[in-house]
Amino acid sequence: MLGNVKKISRKKAKLSNKYVLLILSTICVISIFIGLNFNISGGPLKNVADFCFVPMQKGLNNIGLYLSNRMEELKTIRVIMKENEALQNKVDELLSENANLKLEQYELESLRELYALDKKYPSYKKTAARVISKDPGNWFDTFIIDKGSADGIEVDMNVIAGSGLVGIVTDVRKHSATVTTIINDSSNVSGMMLSTSDYCIVRGSIKSMNDNQTIVFDTLNYLNDMITEGEQVVTSNISDKYLEGILIGYVTTIKIDPNNLTKSGTITPIVDFAHLEEVLVILEKKKYD
Amino acid sequence: MIRLLVRKVVEIIAVIILFSLQITLFKRLEIASVSPNLLIIIVATVGLLSGSREGMFIGFVSGLFIDMYFSSYLGVYALIFLFIGYVIGLFKQILIPTDIKLPLFLILLADFMYNGFVYVFQYMFRGDFSFVYYLTNVVMPEMMYTIIVALFVYPIYLKISNSLDEYEKKGASKFG
Repeated sequence: MLGNVKKISRKKAKLSNKYVLLILSTICVISIFIGLNFNISGGPLKNVADFCFVPMQKGLNNIGLYLSNRMEELKTIRVIMKENEALQNKVDELLSENANLKLEQYELESLRELYALDKKYPSYKKTAARVISKDPGNWFDTFIIDKGSADGIEVDMNVIAGSGLVGIVTDVRKHSATVTTIINDSSNVSGMMLSTSDYCIVRGSIKSMNDNQTIVFDTLNYLNDMITEGEQVVTSNISDKYLEGILIGYVTTIKIDPNNLTKSGTITPIVDFAHLEEVLVILEKKKYD
Repeated sequence: MIRLLVRKVVEIIAVIILFSLQITLFKRLEIASVSPNLLIIIVATVGLLSGSREGMFIGFVSGLFIDMYFSSYLGVYALIFLFIGYVIGLFKQILIPTDIKLPLFLILLADFMYNGFVYVFQYMFRGDFSFVYYLTNVVMPEMMYTIIVALFVYPIYLKISNSLDEYEKKGASKFG
């Protein structure tokens, strides 16, 4: 009897699932609105998560790199096995050595490229960072780098790699930062044609990226008819977040809009976004006067 | 009390592991520039095996993880995953755990719901109405890849969940 009473009272004390759903949803909605209106999101909570995830991400990312390297190795070995079985042992030996050398060579090349880039944009102070993880879904193109506010990184700093623009820092934690790339579907960059200084808007797009690895530009002035395919597009001087003169890519296609006033088309970005490993963050932000 | 907490701790550890795998290792194993959605698998699995309450809890936690790293506003993904956990949890009554057909179908449904929410909130509201294109090029490939991974993840978590059930029962009989 007593047990029964206890059971009933416990059942009454437990909230029904619908109420829990309602309460948690309200918390989410309030949090979203606070983020929208006051421009704060997370705060200290993010740093706590950082403490737990960044070391794991680094480790797992290295495993991923290791796996893809081994897969490459296996492929090359297979081809050679068919060609000359007699020399198999020797080939194996040489291959592993070769792979090591290739890795070193690759590292050398990427470091050289970084060095060359460093010379190309000399006036800015930069810091190199490693890409440690990417967006969990397939809708957006953002990634996380292994440097954060402790290394002097702030929101709205520009990120470059190879010899061109990668994106912009959109979120900073203590030891990591989130970078939104220019090929992300909601990104807009104010661009400029290098030879004529005509302005245009460069937008990321999943569609265009899927179809032929390009991003789109529009609202280019039609009156100046000098722009052709192969023209270099750089960030413009009127952009409020991007520093002036960073290379975005080359014009691939261009056509006149139906309104007969503007032109639009596609740009092939100069950065290989599928294989980003190291990037440079420019430690200067655009200043307003 | 501690015995009830064990389940939550195990679930959170599973989420942390899958989240870390999803944003690092599986991003390197992309097929046709699409990667699987491991968090959806764990949210749907937990919801199915342990009901709406656990589903909501785990959905909220995993959504929060994504929010902290990849979303400009805290709460967006938490809300989506919370809702998915709740809806999938409603199917607990008709589930036969050893039959893998219904769980796989519901994981597909959950992934579709997730992508649907992301499309509506973050693409359609910007005036991008080419849903069919996204369905065939983003959503369907992701669902296929996810379901293949789910074939391995679901049985493993089913085993973990069963041993957790036994552990909790033991505790209950001791006190009773």
